[in-house]
Amino acid sequence: MALRDNPLGEVKLPLVLSAAAALLVAIVVAVALLMSDRRETFRSEAYGVTRKAADAVAAPVSGAIATPIRWVGMGVDGVRGYFFAVSENRRLKAELKTASQWRVAAIALRDTNDRYKALLGLKTDPPIPMVAARAVTDSRGPFANTRLINAGKESGIAVGNPVMSENGLVGRVIGVTDGASRILLLTDVASRTPVMVDRNNARAILTGDGGPNPRLDYLRGKAPVADGDQILTSGDGGVLPRGLPVGRAVKGLDGRWRVILASDAAPVDFVRILLFQDFRQLVDAKQLDQLPLPPPATPTTSVGMVSTPAAAPPPMTPPVTASPTPAPAVKPTTAPVKPAPTKPADAAATQAKPAPPKPAPAKPAPSPDAGEAPR
Amino acid sequence: MSLVGGARPLAPWRWIGVPMVQALAASFVLLIPLRIFGLQLPEPVFAMVPAFAWAVIRPSILAPAALLAMGLLLDLFWGSPVGLWPLCLLLAYGVVLSARSVLAGQSRPVMWAWYALACCVAEGAGFLFVRIDSQGTPSLVGMGWQLLATIVLYPFADRLIDRFEDADVRFR
Repeated sequence: MALRDNPLGEVKLPLVLSAAAALLVAIVVAVALLMSDRRETFRSEAYGVTRKAADAVAAPVSGAIATPIRWVGMGVDGVRGYFFAVSENRRLKAELKTASQWRVAAIALRDTNDRYKALLGLKTDPPIPMVAARAVTDSRGPFANTRLINAGKESGIAVGNPVMSENGLVGRVIGVTDGASRILLLTDVASRTPVMVDRNNARAILTGDGGPNPRLDYLRGKAPVADGDQILTSGDGGVLPRGLPVGRAVKGLDGRWRVILASDAAPVDFVRILLFQDFRQLVDAKQLDQLPLPPPATPTTSVGMVSTPAAAPPPMTPPVTASPTPAPAVKPTTAPVKPAPTKPADAAATQAKPAPPKPAPAKPAPSPDAGEAPR
Repeated sequence: MSLVGGARPLAPWRWIGVPMVQALAASFVLLIPLRIFGLQLPEPVFAMVPAFAWAVIRPSILAPAALLAMGLLLDLFWGSPVGLWPLCLLLAYGVVLSARSVLAGQSRPVMWAWYALACCVAEGAGFLFVRIDSQGTPSLVGMGWQLLATIVLYPFADRLIDRFEDADVRFR
């Protein structure tokens, strides 16, 4: 059939107008989608089924594409290691010499610290369990800084979990599906992280802007930050554990304080996901429920009852912190978490034992499922 | 309906489907976490190539739908707010479509300048929408790098235009 024979051949559609109408409809749909999106929230359902499905498909595909490139990178590293072995050996020897001095100092400080903790009855945070994963995609544009990792729901990862590299904090999990999770990096424009200056505990909010060095916002006081200050997570709000290394403060070209991220010191290939939910995880709820009521602070006169001296509350003796109770149900891995603010001594402290001259440090005993190295 | 030889009308999959798949594949491949000499690779917006070329080649009902789909996939790949890149691409497409009569017959450098303008429209729209959506100001330096990496992709758009602008007898 020739074009001329087509009964609709004579109909002249206003093509520009119809294209404009289609464009308008598409724009309306896009605006509606944008307004309904809430990727940065802590609600897992906000991530959406579509995103989860896309992540579940993209993670293995991208992982397969990245494999040969990773092999090439490993090969290059191997060749470089071969040719620079002598200089590397010299550098490592110097580093070992310095580290040996620090080791002696660290042992002495740990001993002192253990004694102080025992005397004060401090209850430190138990280690936080974690899993390791590999980044398979890396989005690095100005409007989105996210990474997809190849571990998901089956590894116990949940929305809000902090993610670290070998050097420092990378971001937090914003979406989880089977076999994949998406990390919102500290540099993303939607990222807000409560941090503090290690030197003086000054608080700030680390705000990403899509560039490599996020800003320090909401600083208060007179000169709270100095060049080179170490920045750590503050733990404020219970979103992240306290004391995770974030980076180093520098003055930006725009005159604002920014942070050179510690995680930028090496390529973020493998990451560790801390299975941290909030501060309720840091205490053993069952153990807290079994705590006896605290004794009265002052002796009271009782009517109709004879109080025995043995039942009297113990005097103000230093509590013993070596707890015979089982450790919290967490895997004792090595998350670099600083001690949290103090908590009252636990049940063991109420047993009124005299404090030994040098009490044992309060280390959590391994639970039956513990001892597993980061996967 | 079959016409003789080269007088066959152009099938949409040839000038819309294939470039769309190519742009998405290139975007996906560049998602690989790779650093060269400690530096991250830039992240160009490959989808700007068909967004510009489709508007220049001819008005179409399918092109906005394809841009919407492509933008949504980019958002899913990149983890950006869903709807951001469809909106940016569609606005750039709309600008080029409205200036189509001006673009007809222009030389390559002038077309390149128009392409750069379309990229600026898309990036500017992204800046605005991210600022509204996330209540944060995106880094202008990061935007500049992405803009530069996208503008240098114009030869691909030029090739697409050359190949399909005069390929359909109905539009001669």
